[in-house]
Amino acid sequence: MSARATCDAASLYWQVGLRGFRRYATYRAATFAGVVTNTVFGFLRAYVFVALFSGHADVGGYDLSDTLTYTFVSQGIIMAIFLWGWWEIALGVRSGAVVTDFSRPIDYQFYWLAQDLGRSVYHLIFRGIPPFIVGALAFHLRFPQHPWTWLAFALSVELGVCVSFALRFMVNLSAFWLLDYRGVGTIMQAVWTFFSGFAIPIAFFPGALRTVSEMLPFAAMLATPVNVFLEKAQGLDLAAALAFQAGWAVVLLLVGRLMLAAATRKVVIQGG
Amino acid sequence: MAPIVSVENLEKRFAVSRKRQGARGLLGKLARETIDVRAVDGISFSIQPGEMVGYIGPNGAGKSTTIKMLTGILVPSSGLVRVAGLDPSRRRIELTRHIGMVFGQRTQLWWDLPLRDSFDLLRYIYRVPVERFRVNLDTFVELLDLGPVLDTPVRQLSLGQRMRGDLAASLLHDPEILYLDEPTIGLDVVVKARIREFLAELNRERGVTVLLTTHDISDIERLCSRVMIIDRGHLIYDGSLSAIKERFGDERMLVVDLEEPAPPIDVPGAIVEKVDGPRQWLRFHRSETTAAALIAAVAARVRLRDLTIEEPEIEDIVRRIYGGADPGRAR
Repeated sequence: MSARATCDAASLYWQVGLRGFRRYATYRAATFAGVVTNTVFGFLRAYVFVALFSGHADVGGYDLSDTLTYTFVSQGIIMAIFLWGWWEIALGVRSGAVVTDFSRPIDYQFYWLAQDLGRSVYHLIFRGIPPFIVGALAFHLRFPQHPWTWLAFALSVELGVCVSFALRFMVNLSAFWLLDYRGVGTIMQAVWTFFSGFAIPIAFFPGALRTVSEMLPFAAMLATPVNVFLEKAQGLDLAAALAFQAGWAVVLLLVGRLMLAAATRKVVIQGG
Repeated sequence: MAPIVSVENLEKRFAVSRKRQGARGLLGKLARETIDVRAVDGISFSIQPGEMVGYIGPNGAGKSTTIKMLTGILVPSSGLVRVAGLDPSRRRIELTRHIGMVFGQRTQLWWDLPLRDSFDLLRYIYRVPVERFRVNLDTFVELLDLGPVLDTPVRQLSLGQRMRGDLAASLLHDPEILYLDEPTIGLDVVVKARIREFLAELNRERGVTVLLTTHDISDIERLCSRVMIIDRGHLIYDGSLSAIKERFGDERMLVVDLEEPAPPIDVPGAIVEKVDGPRQWLRFHRSETTAAALIAAVAARVRLRDLTIEEPEIEDIVRRIYGGADPGRAR
């Protein structure tokens, strides 16, 4: 690609990202309701951990402050990561609207990825910060010691969004072959709610389950950014953690592209 | 001039699997057979730049399959397609710059955002030069009266406003060809008239070639000098709308007012469709008998006071063609 074309493409996807951000920004009442829900659930989870830690100083390398911080950070980024209930592409497949998207001079996957990144920035700021602040007022939470950690955390969240998007993209594309794509989606949601470390930190998992879970892409969605926030990984370990996320993002996006190519072939030959 | 769209012996077959007849239960699940459905079965036509063509046919006749092959989203099973000099299925992305598309049933606009946001994004998608884009936007906003709603989120627009927004959006990259799929569906008469006026002007001023599919024959009567009718994958008519009457409108209705009420008149070559007091409706085919012969035969049996001969409306003819019961079809 020439420099000019690269520049044009970059400005297109930047514009798409902006619109992804603004789409969600129009629904203020929904944002407020979401913040309340995320905060309330944060407290529910926090009190369970407070009970768990009475009599223990350390579980899986986490003390109570780590765990409470883990809880409120994960409550805060959960909407940015968007683990649940995104069916926009699948609905487009059902309605046939996907045909119009296919007939535009855009990269279909990048177009949706750009939109999703824009959305995630909105959700990270407006759904993420308020629950964390409320949590910090009620409990002793651990803030990053190094200023750079904030930047690494933001980067790690967005890499987590890329991994999450790549998986959601594939689940949505399954609508090209499966009548009941929601079934697949529901199973996947259950899988990544558990294996992302959202339900309980992966560090609490026993032995082999923990080892395996830490290598799966689901950990890259949520556990990694939270651990970056907790400064569990620093220096080379931090670079390795980010590379782990980026690696999964690239692999899963590539698999998504293969699926997209197969879906396009199906539409083009069989008419969808 | 070279045609902007040309189609030769175009075919699209779909392999559809279905349960074998008579097989039941588990056997039915296993004993599936694949049948070949010919959605488009060897059609040929060409369209000159600047033509406005109506493309009509009953649901499932093959209209949208044809359009999909013209846009390259569907690969033909056989036959030749050229649009703006390109083979659509091979050069789909390149072709999108030459085509605008509007679907009455769904929007291509960003639902949650102001109309302006969708328009501006199209500048980036199609890489329209800034100056050109501004001129186009101003022109279409003016012609379609979109100024007052530019900053309104699309979800708050009325159907008519949304439709006008979709039309403008489809044209901002200067396409030479516009495909319209039911552009006036669900709209009131005023908005319909406005959209038709706009399309006529667009065609006149910019020479945009328009291919229009619709179930509203009046769209075609107002806009298209030419109409193509597709039925069960075959192009059964390609010509002017008025000439449809010559071709399919063989049927006439003789309405007679008698001096006094009478039982249905029995004359060769005509069937009494309806009796209402002294008035009777007799249906006949011009190819079987002439009006003069029929009137003479009727006058010989009853005392006539008045008579008229009614031609069928184009809409009625088309409806009958769709029903598969048209009298004039040679197939």
